[in-house]
Amino acid sequence: MIAVVDYGAGNIHSVARALTRVGARFSVTNDPSAVAVAEAVVLPGVGAAADTMQGLRNARVDDPVVAAIERGVPYLGICMGLQVLFDRSEEDDETPCLGVLRGNVIRFPEGLEVPHMGWNQVRQVKDSPLFQGVPQDSNFYFVHSYYAQPSDAARVSGTTDYGLEFTSVVRRDNLFATQFHPEKSGLVGLRLYANFIRLAGQTPAPEFA
Amino acid sequence: MLTRRVIPCLDVKNGRNVRGVRFSADIDAGDPVELAARYDREGADELVFYDITASAEGRDIMVDLVERVASQVFIPLSVGGGVRTIDDMYLMLRSGAEKVSINSAAHRNPDLIRACADRFGSQCVVLSIDALRDPESDPPRWAIYLNGGRVRTELDAVETAQRGQELGAGEIVLNSIDADGTREGYDVGFLRAVTDNVSIPVVASGGAGSLEHLRDAVTVGHAHAVLAASIFHFEVYSVREAKEFMAAAGIPMRLDPYR
Repeated sequence: MIAVVDYGAGNIHSVARALTRVGARFSVTNDPSAVAVAEAVVLPGVGAAADTMQGLRNARVDDPVVAAIERGVPYLGICMGLQVLFDRSEEDDETPCLGVLRGNVIRFPEGLEVPHMGWNQVRQVKDSPLFQGVPQDSNFYFVHSYYAQPSDAARVSGTTDYGLEFTSVVRRDNLFATQFHPEKSGLVGLRLYANFIRLAGQTPAPEFA
Repeated sequence: MLTRRVIPCLDVKNGRNVRGVRFSADIDAGDPVELAARYDREGADELVFYDITASAEGRDIMVDLVERVASQVFIPLSVGGGVRTIDDMYLMLRSGAEKVSINSAAHRNPDLIRACADRFGSQCVVLSIDALRDPESDPPRWAIYLNGGRVRTELDAVETAQRGQELGAGEIVLNSIDADGTREGYDVGFLRAVTDNVSIPVVASGGAGSLEHLRDAVTVGHAHAVLAASIFHFEVYSVREAKEFMAAAGIPMRLDPYR
């Protein structure tokens, strides 16, 4: 079973609807023990870093999420579910994050319109099973004011140009995370969810197979 | 590169889509769920639903409608009409909307913008402005109208847009009452007056009748997105045609194969 971690993130229903659409079997849960034994984990997120970390701690799912990643089960982080993987975020006066990946999350510089909101292209800089069937430079829907800077360039699997080139997809083994919202990115976004559930050992609905 | 957006707008009255001419709406233009699915297939970048009944019953119908659309259409949805409180906004977000626009209530009580932005984030707070140009004014000035264009105020639209940004609005929908429903083009002068003075995205609304109008809102009015209703509802143009036309004019557009 795929665990969609419910810690109060605003986009959890949208993520659940997209997973339903591609034929996933999943449970939306805030039970730490369910996360601990999940076959795959999806961490949605939207909003501020401090709220997200607080939500994860309050639900006591922060450690189980990290443990699941370290166990090597497929993980999909979305938006804040990408940012909190890093050591710390500049947001809210320096927020310590989960520290699964080395690097920090910083704000877009002055002069760029913030939030970066709308459809932008993702350049696939590495082959990834998450991108299977997704054309190069496809548009995805973004809403964010901060972005991750991984210390290890090997973790970068997709980039996006917003006046500066930033990391929009990261990967480490079975850990995948996107800065954009695939659940709001039309067909290419659904395809990405279908690819993820396949990694989790499930068979997507026929039209996404 | 961030693309510009084409946003079909569905005016919803008692669960049906209707077409408005200068803010009076009567003509039935179809089932909103079916229309939403069609626009998605054609490549709409976002969908806006306005509840033009703006009553308690209307809100319940809207919540149900957004839930139905959100289970079929996986692009950003925006909802407006009759939103007066944080709870109204929460209800819409929970039903599947990404953004909620506030209009009359925000002009009467600007603190509502800040309260909603603090609670849900600026990205989901859209400030909607309906304005009419003061015919005597020089330089031109646009006065804000409330309650769907029925109540005139002394509020200046450009100043209100700036103030909305300061209070935490993440986007502005700028609707020209002069141009609304005329199909004679957006008021690009009005657009430019606002886009020159705020740094958040501005969505052009009211008056689209041709593909040139959509283009001009971006190239002349500097709008980030164009909202249109009747030219899409009655299949004068498809969303796809509109986007291809704008792309041919050099505007960055999302033109992925959608199906």
